[in-house]
Amino acid sequence: MPTLQEIALKTAGVDARIVSGHRMCAGCGIGAVIKNVLAASDKPVIVLNATGCLEVVTTIYPFTAWNTPWMHLTFENAAAVAAGVESAYKSLKRRGRIESDINILAVGGDGGTYDIGFQALSGALERKHNFMYLVYDNEGYMNTGNQRSGATPFGASTTTVPAGKFSFGKPQWRKNLVEIAAAHRIPYVGQAAVHNTLDLYKKAQKGFNADGPAVLAVLQPCTTNWSFDPALTMQYSKLAVETNFWPLYEIESGVVHINTKPSNRKPIEEFLKGQSRFKHLFRAGNEHIIAEMQKMIDDEWARLLKIEESGIQF
Amino acid sequence: MSERKTWQEVELGVELPAATSLGYKTGGWRVLRPVWNASECIHCMICVGYCPDMAIPVVKSEEGVTGKGGRVFKGAVRLETNLNYCKGCGICAHECPSKCLSMVREEEAEQASCKL
Repeated sequence: MPTLQEIALKTAGVDARIVSGHRMCAGCGIGAVIKNVLAASDKPVIVLNATGCLEVVTTIYPFTAWNTPWMHLTFENAAAVAAGVESAYKSLKRRGRIESDINILAVGGDGGTYDIGFQALSGALERKHNFMYLVYDNEGYMNTGNQRSGATPFGASTTTVPAGKFSFGKPQWRKNLVEIAAAHRIPYVGQAAVHNTLDLYKKAQKGFNADGPAVLAVLQPCTTNWSFDPALTMQYSKLAVETNFWPLYEIESGVVHINTKPSNRKPIEEFLKGQSRFKHLFRAGNEHIIAEMQKMIDDEWARLLKIEESGIQF
Repeated sequence: MSERKTWQEVELGVELPAATSLGYKTGGWRVLRPVWNASECIHCMICVGYCPDMAIPVVKSEEGVTGKGGRVFKGAVRLETNLNYCKGCGICAHECPSKCLSMVREEEAEQASCKL
């Protein structure tokens, strides 16, 4: 059982796998996501990084914040290159040119995962390459200024689906990446959030140790484009879990297990409040959109509980 | 010209300098400075796990350090925030369960530290 003390010793030093001096926005949780995930592996880790916030801020020439082998990739091919690296590693190991065991980690944002890198990810999962795919989900193309992605939730206003007289923002609900990944019959899929360090660490450990592909989706509130005080990043992550907007659960060998069941589900307004992308929902006449959103969340949660209870395998 | 190598014979990998961003000090972005009150700290490591800038150093202490209520904390203990990298987001102060961190405007903190 890992403790926060153990994790802290692994992540805080200058010999950690990712170090200070990167140029994420103040209060951006991606730093907390990636350092805790990288600390969860006991073996050397090769990182394959799709274009996105993390890639841009950690490697501004001539600096790099990475202390582990790292490769920059385009939006669409992080998973494909991870598959190639894994195959090359297996081949070299067979020839006896490498002896050590390694872990392979592909990282992408939600744009590079839900949308652009999706077919490469699906292909790599289907071919059962042994790697973990980490997606830090800030619910849009935040690096380029808040465009809509497949992970943007219902009702959010973005620059490509702006709220106005004729629109209330994005009219569709988000894609469920965790269930799509589980449908590939892979050994491990997890959904975590940045505020729960221990849960995130444990899920990353399970993903790294899985015998085959693993996918880990982590919610990461974006202080810049959700427009809240940078000190509240973890608070919004917590609220997303407490309102059942982002349930913490995992699917191990097809079996669903919900990690956190909020005893007192908070109304979704608490999560929406204070975010600029949802502020139009609080104008008079838009109450029905919040009600609709609440119903979707409750239905999704009821469905998830039912799946867990039934024990039906994915 | 040297003899051509087949791909099986090529040496594996290259070595490039890593973690060079340590030379880039992001502390200059800071507007608010986290001021740490060590005598109230319970060394729970919540702030360390959250700090997105890895700006809170942690050491393993055998003899222990004195924290809240004069208690001695052993094992992993945090030190003063590294102001070279801290961007002043305030997550640590907001999430601290024992409220031992407070955010102070940078110029005020600077003046306070300059007073003789």
